[in-house]
Amino acid sequence: MFNQGTDIKTFLNETGEIFRFALRFFREGFRPRYEVDEFLRQCFVIGYKSFPLVALTAFIIGLVLTMQLRPSMVNYGVEVQIPAMVGVAIVREIGPILTALIFAGKIGSSIGAELGSMKVTEQIDAMEVSGTNPFKYLVVTRSLAAMLMLPTLVILADAIALYGSYLGVNIYEPLTFKLFFKKVFDNLAYIDVIPAFIKTFFFGFAVGIVGSYKGYYSEKGTEGVGLSANSSVVVSSVLIFIIDLIAVQIADLFQ
Amino acid sequence: MPEPVIKIEGLSKSFGANHVLDHFDLSLNRGENLVVLGKSGSGKSVLIKCIIGLIQPEKGKIHVLGKNVLTLNQTALDYIRVKVAFLFQSNALYDSMTVRENLEFPLRRHSFQLTTKEVEDMVMEALQNVGLEHTVDMMPSELSGGMRKRIALARTLILKPEIILYDEPTTGLDPITSLEIISLINKIQEKYQTSSMIISHDMKCVKLVANRIAMLIDGKCYAIGTYDELSASPDEKIRQFFN
Repeated sequence: MFNQGTDIKTFLNETGEIFRFALRFFREGFRPRYEVDEFLRQCFVIGYKSFPLVALTAFIIGLVLTMQLRPSMVNYGVEVQIPAMVGVAIVREIGPILTALIFAGKIGSSIGAELGSMKVTEQIDAMEVSGTNPFKYLVVTRSLAAMLMLPTLVILADAIALYGSYLGVNIYEPLTFKLFFKKVFDNLAYIDVIPAFIKTFFFGFAVGIVGSYKGYYSEKGTEGVGLSANSSVVVSSVLIFIIDLIAVQIADLFQ
Repeated sequence: MPEPVIKIEGLSKSFGANHVLDHFDLSLNRGENLVVLGKSGSGKSVLIKCIIGLIQPEKGKIHVLGKNVLTLNQTALDYIRVKVAFLFQSNALYDSMTVRENLEFPLRRHSFQLTTKEVEDMVMEALQNVGLEHTVDMMPSELSGGMRKRIALARTLILKPEIILYDEPTTGLDPITSLEIISLINKIQEKYQTSSMIISHDMKCVKLVANRIAMLIDGKCYAIGTYDELSASPDEKIRQFFN
């Protein structure tokens, strides 16, 4: 009972600290000096270098989803609806959530480990005595880059997953590229696309800010670096699901 | 009358119940090498991190070049940090940058209006001072421990500071490399007339670099004097460092 109480207190304390850290992002991020060069470098590192993994996963999911769905659809005689169904599933939920989770695994852990390593080797202190605000240089640039790059990756992942689905459909019966995508887009409304797109900014911000927080306050030497990387992934993944739950509730209000 | 460039008065800092600095007083005079000697965990590193504004003490005053750093705003503190360099115990070289980028970083960040040629000249001069011009395009991971320490020293020198704070400059180095670093510290003092505060418990280093030694014991400046004066002290707390 005592341990549970302590755990709850630790959880609430940490939630509060992450919230304060996020507020600091907004307080400091929009005041000069702007770290444009570092921000662009982070966009490249975070966006471009995540793309191959995201693309591969999206392609496989699109293909597998179609192949798994097909027997049930055939049983009900509605296999013609596969593109429409896969399209809604990918654009509304699977594309954003899957890409965000992969992003949390790759980028969240990378930010946590990098900043954690910089913390324990005093590089963050060295930055501060070199006339640099390390929060702006390290945290704002990475969080902002994560917030902007994840939606971009999700758009690309959705397109690649749909292409995988198109190939999946063509394994069993020929269907033209044009007709496949006509069926997908005929069944998609703005209410499917816009909330799904908006929530990815929040997913990206959560991954960036949690990874940065865990690394920035890393302790216990090299052991702490591993812990920072690990807990960055765990916390940001949980946050992604929580944000998704809230986003679905809000989107439902506009249905 | 020696002119103090750093004057610390009544400095106190605690971590929980551990009072690492307890009304600590000390002055660093212009042009001298002052070693702060104490046991591991006695608060030596905390002391110099308070001086440069990386740790906020609870009480006291720290006057650096006539200004109390504890009351300065960020801009004024950054101005002081141009004049006061810090050599970190772990070197703190940026892993993701080359040696050149590491050295350029403080030059570019302090908003000096320098041309590319001037920056290049300053980088090469700093590297010449430590005898490592050939490493300019190498990554820190490609360097040995001693080379990394010398590059870190070159980075502290690049802004031509008036004061250098050394945090255990010879820790983790072999005896020969330690002697090279000690020789560099003395060479820098002679060439640039810098004032230095050196944190150490390496007695060979202390003997070779110190003009004066301050003993940090129980959070206070327990004794201060030259190496010869302190090594001849009958006080057991002081003598244990020199035996």
